Amino acid sequence: MSAVAFTGTSVMDIDAAKIRGAGSNVHFDKVSVAYGAHVVLHPLTLDIAPGEILAMIGPSGSGKTTALRAVAGFVRPASGRIRIGAADVTDLPPYERGLGMVVQNYALFPHMRVEDNVAFGLRAQGADKALIGERVKEALATVGMATFARRYPRELSGGQQQRVAIARALAVRPRVLLLDEPLSALDAQIRRNMVEEIARLHRSLPGLTILYVTHDQTEALTLADKIAIMRDGRVCSHGPTTELYRRPPNRFTAEFLGRANLLPVTVAEPAGSKGFATARHRDAVLTGAGRDEKAGDRSLLCIRPQHLSLTADSEHTNRIVGTLREVHWQGELTHLVLDVDGTPVRVSATKLPVALPEPGAEVPLFFAPADTSLLPEDAGG
Amino acid sequence: MLVWSRPSRIVLWLLFALLFGVLFLAPLAVILLSSLADQWNGVLPSGLTTEHYTDVISGSAGRAVKASLVTGFLASALALVSGTWAALSLRLQGHALRRLLGLLFFIPSAVPSVSVGLGLLVAFSHPPLLLNGTVAIVMIAHFVLISAFTFGNVSAGLARLSPDFEQVASSLGARPAYRLWHVTLPLLAPYLVAAFGLSFALSMGELGATVMVYPPGWVTLPVSIFSLTDRGDIFAGAALTMILVAATLVLLLGLERITARATGA
Repeated sequence: MSAVAFTGTSVMDIDAAKIRGAGSNVHFDKVSVAYGAHVVLHPLTLDIAPGEILAMIGPSGSGKTTALRAVAGFVRPASGRIRIGAADVTDLPPYERGLGMVVQNYALFPHMRVEDNVAFGLRAQGADKALIGERVKEALATVGMATFARRYPRELSGGQQQRVAIARALAVRPRVLLLDEPLSALDAQIRRNMVEEIARLHRSLPGLTILYVTHDQTEALTLADKIAIMRDGRVCSHGPTTELYRRPPNRFTAEFLGRANLLPVTVAEPAGSKGFATARHRDAVLTGAGRDEKAGDRSLLCIRPQHLSLTADSEHTNRIVGTLREVHWQGELTHLVLDVDGTPVRVSATKLPVALPEPGAEVPLFFAPADTSLLPEDAGG
Repeated sequence: MLVWSRPSRIVLWLLFALLFGVLFLAPLAVILLSSLADQWNGVLPSGLTTEHYTDVISGSAGRAVKASLVTGFLASALALVSGTWAALSLRLQGHALRRLLGLLFFIPSAVPSVSVGLGLLVAFSHPPLLLNGTVAIVMIAHFVLISAFTFGNVSAGLARLSPDFEQVASSLGARPAYRLWHVTLPLLAPYLVAAFGLSFALSMGELGATVMVYPPGWVTLPVSIFSLTDRGDIFAGAALTMILVAATLVLLLGLERITARATGA
């Protein structure tokens, strides 16, 4: 962790209250982007509500950064319109869009002190001196960097530079904050802390709309109200974070957003009014949260590794048996890899039986119907 | 490993010292000794004197230094402005046009300077472009010869500049002119200073084109040196050469200090 953390809720609440601006919604209306014949973003229709954090995640080349850059005005859509609040910004240059942007390498201006970096946007917009001084103080206090105002970026750590970059973006009171892989350049420990700090910052700035582009699903799960998962220039799923994690609509989402065990099953009895369907995996009859599957449909039963248990209880009523292949102890967690009829199944356990079975042993696994989700076998997303 | 073994490093250092000494230091040392030589009939001068420096300084050297400095400064400044402008403008063009124009800008550096001088002489010897015999034609000749280098230096700097800086500046509300002045140019400063330094050094040593176009009242240091040595006054030519080297060196060191201060190095 860098030397300075955000200064805690008291300072943040006071200063953030002043910084807080009215967030705007962002609306993508069939926005597509192409470079010649190569389409990098297929028509995208998506809404980000005021004050919401939408995380766009996906592998490299999935179109997530292109979508962000289209909002910022650095990529011209081949078709479609982009609205921020009530305004159609599609044809506006970047400097008239009223945004703040933070990028992966911070892009702090090396020839300016921290305070001048933070003041940059306000000076560029012709704000008066008194207002600039006030806003710079507020923004730096919000990110806990007030005492570093006279330093140059080269005199700061990576985490501190990222805070300054955020303060610079906040100082102009943006309608929307665009974060383009903002933590990718930080090491794992600082990144974890920064994710928590950005979450805390957003709690103190609830009106701020944030579009957060990342390839890191942990950042997305921690920060986002909603997630849009991108693949090959299209949104393959979009929804509230917990719902998307718990009930992924397709295989790609299940596997990209956290780890997932996908057990091939055949639906025996469709989901009734309670939402649970019965499905068969070989001889095992399993119950899982269903959608609109019909009897006889081939499906995948998604079970997260942490939801599998080696011991039965009243909730863990589903039972499968696998052959233990590998055991990986990682301190807080132990990862087991089992073979369940040819399907590799991972278990992440915090507690294990005292006598752990040896690799090669047959091990029963238990899980709760509420922790599962049926998803179509053929939809790659 | 060739480079990291001790004998290999010694061999490499010796090779470097030999090449540096023979190709670079020896000619300079000979010029320095010539500029201080009273008589030189053997392996080394028979005596040393500062008389040649006194002679050239009291003669036309002052005017030649001034002509060279003014020409170098103005031509380099003009080349810097136009080279930077060209590099910035080309960035906005399509790939094919950028490559074509980039290539065209480098053509003057591939043409012999004498040919450039001759071309200018022919081109500007008739009304309405009658510049023959003026200082302007010297400036133009130097500008044509050095502008490719400033363009190349600034283009290299721009290529290394992350687009994030300018994009973040734009997203914060900076219009293009504000962004250029407060972000792009300061970030390019080391390359601009280097481009100016290189242009200035090239201009200070330029002879081929200058000798074709210079008017009688604007004799630069290289032209003076050429005249002196052509007349057989080797020692005075050597003294003037050392003055040229010193003037160029002082300016380049000054520029380096400015760059170091600007970049915090």
